[in-house]
Amino acid sequence: MSEPIIEVRHLSKSFGTHVVLRDVNFTVNPGDVTCVIGASGSGKSTLLRCINLLETPTNGAVLFHGQEITEKGFDPCSYRAKVGMVFQSFNLFNNMTVLENCTAGLRYVLHQDKETARRTALENLEKVGMAPYIHAKPRQLSGGQKQRVAIARALSMKPEVLLFDEPTSALDPQMVGEVLSVMRQLAADGLTMIVVTHEMAFARDVSSHVVYMADGVIAEEGTPADIFEHPQNPRTAEFLSRFRQQ
Amino acid sequence: MQDFFTNCATVLQKYGFSYLRGAGTTLLLALVGTFFGCVIGFAVGALQTIPVDKQRDPLWKRTLIKLMRGVLRCYVELFRGTPMIVQAVFIYYGLMQLFNIKLGMWATGFLIVSINTGAYMAETVRGGIVSIDPGQTEGAMAIGMNHWQTMLHVILPQALRNIIPQIGNNFIINIKDTSVLSVISITDLFFVHKSVVGALYTYFESATIVMIIYLTMTLLASYLLRLWEKALDGPQNYDLNTTDTLAYTSGMHNAPDPVHEPQNLDMKGGAAHV
Repeated sequence: MSEPIIEVRHLSKSFGTHVVLRDVNFTVNPGDVTCVIGASGSGKSTLLRCINLLETPTNGAVLFHGQEITEKGFDPCSYRAKVGMVFQSFNLFNNMTVLENCTAGLRYVLHQDKETARRTALENLEKVGMAPYIHAKPRQLSGGQKQRVAIARALSMKPEVLLFDEPTSALDPQMVGEVLSVMRQLAADGLTMIVVTHEMAFARDVSSHVVYMADGVIAEEGTPADIFEHPQNPRTAEFLSRFRQQ
Repeated sequence: MQDFFTNCATVLQKYGFSYLRGAGTTLLLALVGTFFGCVIGFAVGALQTIPVDKQRDPLWKRTLIKLMRGVLRCYVELFRGTPMIVQAVFIYYGLMQLFNIKLGMWATGFLIVSINTGAYMAETVRGGIVSIDPGQTEGAMAIGMNHWQTMLHVILPQALRNIIPQIGNNFIINIKDTSVLSVISITDLFFVHKSVVGALYTYFESATIVMIIYLTMTLLASYLLRLWEKALDGPQNYDLNTTDTLAYTSGMHNAPDPVHEPQNLDMKGGAAHV
């Protein structure tokens, strides 16, 4: 196995006196699809936001290729350009068309010329089935379409890791299907992903590693088979009981 | 009544050209002042929203940002809190007396209107920036943009759209309020009016003409601003991209089939298919 891309070590985060994450440890290797599951409020999203430095960790470390990301002098912008993020609320730029959304990072952050950026963006929009919509503005798209564009925007930066923060939670069942099938394809193509999700079937079928969080700590982690078939922790079993009955 | 129209005609015949030049001066002052006011406003607004991270930013940077915010605050309060007519006199004669700088009338006029509008616009722009969904900033940060790139490409264009009505307000206020610059002898529309009534004593007639000219300018301004808003909103419909060959090959089984005829998707017609 090659060296890990991301290592989370003893990570803690508190907002004031409210402790959200406590001593979280896990490692992401190239090609891993790590799914983070757990009840709402268990700290899953905060964990993801700490990894992307949208929140500054209170304690502990996040290492990117062995380098500490909270260190002084570490450039968060060029780091975020390599670690993509897809949000629950899409966060597409409302003032830009679909194509401009996907070329913005390439042109303004990576300083590529217009034509190169356009080609990369189109390639990725095609991957998510949104190439015909390049002239549309975000407000003219459905939720599922927006999320697929958001994925294409993140992919255009050629990220080493792509973080998904509950990408399907704001969508109706049909749209959930179209977004998940895109994500399945990405996983099959070998993209390294960390996915915070409530889609248990996706976590079971697609991930290589599942992390179950409860009350700000990792209660259990392992392969999907371990977690879904033989949960060791009673809390994991309880959390999954509903899904397993189906 | 007969007299009134006759007098108006006489005034116009004699001074029609002066009125037009005065109106031109007024319009120029308002345009330049509003433009640079907006530039100042956007700069100040963006500077005031620089994020400070207590854990990551060094002390000197935090101190500098705090100091700058203080200075900008003073600027805004000073120029919002005093009348433009007093500022004009204060700066025009103050520069002359204290620093022996004789700024031309025009330069002073542009300067006063710009920094005055800038003070108001700074607060408006700050409000416009704050009103944009924080998700937009996060989206921009997540692809690696820094504060300035985020502001320039994502936040300010959206803030601009939201504050156009306020820019319009300021422009219209400037068209009217530049009349106070006659205290430093700028021959704007109101100055022309004063000269005319000094010569002909036709107070009512001249005031009527001046009223009409001001109203024409402000109505035209509102109309043009509405057009600008519409232009910024972009078209209601969009064309599916069919000239690009890549569009035909999108092979997602869940995605809509590529459409081979160029067509408008009218979103109101429920064509927002998934």
